[in-house]
Amino acid sequence: MKIKFKENNMISVVPIAVFIIIWQILGYAAQTPLFPTPVKVVFEFFNLLKNGVLISSLLASLWRVVVGLVLGSIAGIITGILMGSNKIFEKSLQPILSILYPIPTLGWLPLLILWIGINNKLPITLIFICAFFPVTYNTLTGIKEVKEEYIKSAKVLGASSKYTLKEVIIPMALPNIFSGLRQESGMVWRTVIAAEMFAVPSGIGSLLINAESLIRVDVIMVCLGVLSIMCLSFHRGFLWLENKMIGEWR
Amino acid sequence: MSIIKLKNIYTPYCLKNINIEIESGELIVILGSSGAGKSTLLNVISGLNEYSGNVYYNNKNMDKVPTEERNIGYLMQDVHLFPHMKVFDNVAFGLKVRKYSRNIIREKVEKMLYLLKIINIKNRYPKDLSGGEKQRVGLARALIAEPKILLLDEPLSSLDPRNSTEIRDELFKLHKHLNLTTIFVTHNFSQAKALADRIIIISDGKLIHYGSAVDIFDKPNKKIESFIKVSNL
Repeated sequence: MKIKFKENNMISVVPIAVFIIIWQILGYAAQTPLFPTPVKVVFEFFNLLKNGVLISSLLASLWRVVVGLVLGSIAGIITGILMGSNKIFEKSLQPILSILYPIPTLGWLPLLILWIGINNKLPITLIFICAFFPVTYNTLTGIKEVKEEYIKSAKVLGASSKYTLKEVIIPMALPNIFSGLRQESGMVWRTVIAAEMFAVPSGIGSLLINAESLIRVDVIMVCLGVLSIMCLSFHRGFLWLENKMIGEWR
Repeated sequence: MSIIKLKNIYTPYCLKNINIEIESGELIVILGSSGAGKSTLLNVISGLNEYSGNVYYNNKNMDKVPTEERNIGYLMQDVHLFPHMKVFDNVAFGLKVRKYSRNIIREKVEKMLYLLKIINIKNRYPKDLSGGEKQRVGLARALIAEPKILLLDEPLSSLDPRNSTEIRDELFKLHKHLNLTTIFVTHNFSQAKALADRIIIISDGKLIHYGSAVDIFDKPNKKIESFIKVSNL
């Protein structure tokens, strides 16, 4: 068992090691700031860490992502539940959502700049929009996918519609809700970076665009590495939460 | 006195003019081929299906009483245990709905789990249960709120012969022990013969026979004989 685990680890570590070695050789041979070596990138990472620029940028982006994602997800779950449990609500909201959902999140940017202005609320609102629609639809789908027989069983056992919704339908819709949240965990980071690049003068996106204007490829690579880690951490975080909440019975 | 009375029952596309009276404590078996209307009849009694006509429990008209207030035990064909609840919570569901205290719930559920010999699996999720265990849990869940009427929709159809006989005998014991009025849907003649006080035969939504098991098995009339032939029961 242990040997197998070691073998699996080797399989994933070896390609990364080979990639870094080739990168180091090519970077060393190129001798240009446009293609820094991994050693230079790591050095710059510690440098940005030491002068506080990386931490303050990351915290600014993280704060926007968390607030936007939490608010968008809560609103999406509530809307999805209302639509899934009330036909009038569903029929009234469905056409509006069908029109708004296909709009790419960044398409809202010019309108939101005019309406909200350039401040912290702008990326938060964009992330809210980014999370709201998919979470709404996934919640709605999850509720609709609960088989009629489970609802009938609850009724026969004496449960009111409200009790059935709370104790049977919503818990059984959780796998779909989590799938929506996981999907969006990467999207929200892409959205915040785009918003910070074009409209907000702080955060990782802003650091990226400044590095581009100063031709600091090493800083760009540090930012991309941090973004990759953040997307992966969010994805893994939701996966962990999902396993914790529904892994036992699914 | 009849505990269940069905008068002129019609349902869209299925049942046609069903009139039945069931005595308290009886075990009634409903026989019929697939699509004959057996499950629809149970759904009418439980209030899950729309119907015209009248349903009475103990001479009380139930037509306006919603399913959740009828207090009947109903084990549906595929059991449908709630997958996110452990066995204990599945069985406790009917008591939690009725807002019993925690201690009473624990006491009643454990008693029921002992009665059905499934106390050892109380902390398992439905996905980890065998077919027979699922049926037992479903039965415990259906009986926990002490209903006087128990509806069983082909409860043995998905079980292997050994489990099927075991649970059939268990059902019979429970029916007597808890003094239930039981309606048991099946398309299996040997099950019907082993269990029934009286048998209902439904074909194409119509009642074609309602009487003792002897009438069917020992001296069937031409109508029943032809039904058996056609249904291939």
